[in-house]
Amino acid sequence: MSTLKPEINDQDHIQGDDSASITIVEFGDYQCPFCGDAYPIMKEIEETFGHQIRFVFRHFPLANAHEYAFPAAIAAEAAALQGKFWDMHDALYENQYRLNADLFDELAETIGLDLEQFQKDSASEEIRTKIEDNFDSGMRSGVNGTPSFYVNGTKFDGGATDLYQMLKESTE
Amino acid sequence: MLEKGAIAPDFELNATPDQKIKLKDFKGKNVILAFYPADWSPVCSDQMALYNEMLKYFSKYDAQIFGVSVDSVWCHVAFEENRKLHFPLLADFEPKGAVSKAYGVYDEEVGESKRALFVIDKEGKIAWSYLSPIAVNPGADGILEALEELSKK
Repeated sequence: MSTLKPEINDQDHIQGDDSASITIVEFGDYQCPFCGDAYPIMKEIEETFGHQIRFVFRHFPLANAHEYAFPAAIAAEAAALQGKFWDMHDALYENQYRLNADLFDELAETIGLDLEQFQKDSASEEIRTKIEDNFDSGMRSGVNGTPSFYVNGTKFDGGATDLYQMLKESTE
Repeated sequence: MLEKGAIAPDFELNATPDQKIKLKDFKGKNVILAFYPADWSPVCSDQMALYNEMLKYFSKYDAQIFGVSVDSVWCHVAFEENRKLHFPLLADFEPKGAVSKAYGVYDEEVGESKRALFVIDKEGKIAWSYLSPIAVNPGADGILEALEELSKK
């Protein structure tokens, strides 16, 4: 059984209560259509299960298969430096159908980032390293495609819909 | 299926129509063999596409990866181009499945390789092997652990 390595830490982007009994980690790629499909379901999971759920996103860009996956991850991390990781995360998935190299600046403006700072941060080596560390974490945790989910540290064998179903059954 | 400690059977298989890969030429390097049933499985969960993203991590451990299936070289070439794969896929095509059989990972019933992983050390011995359920992409955590173990020696 594959488990999450390393465990959740202060480098992670976390949504929801620290006291939640269920922590879901998604390894995702912003250009992956299956991750795009999972996005609204994750939102629904967060709404339905509210305080019971904590959600963490780690990057797993399939950079050879998807040319904008890594740049999109950079955009999310650059937004994070201005405290808006999740705004960018949402905007990327909501605009996945028109993902291209010009989209990032446009989204940065839409969500109200300081554009100059965003562009500067997007070129930083630290952000690249962070994304590569996320990828490394995915490899070591047994990620075998995107999206891959972990529930309380253990790999969940299924997609977002299966996850929703499992949570529904286990909280009933 | 061959297990840890066994000598990895040598083979000579085509990677392209005019390039053959001999296992014994890779003595002194770690080798990863990823047997899989067929080219052209769905993209984002495709095992070969996944390993394609990890090549630089494998090379950190001085390891070369090869995919092996019974598909022909021409099928492999088209698949590699389509998925932009940057490592060789070997055609276990004639006699069909001979290498898969030698490693004990051939499925006689469907006529394809099983989904199996081998990590072979620099002396040509199997350091780790794993048979995955056919429908489950095994990821790379087992490979990395095996390579890490070898790097400590």
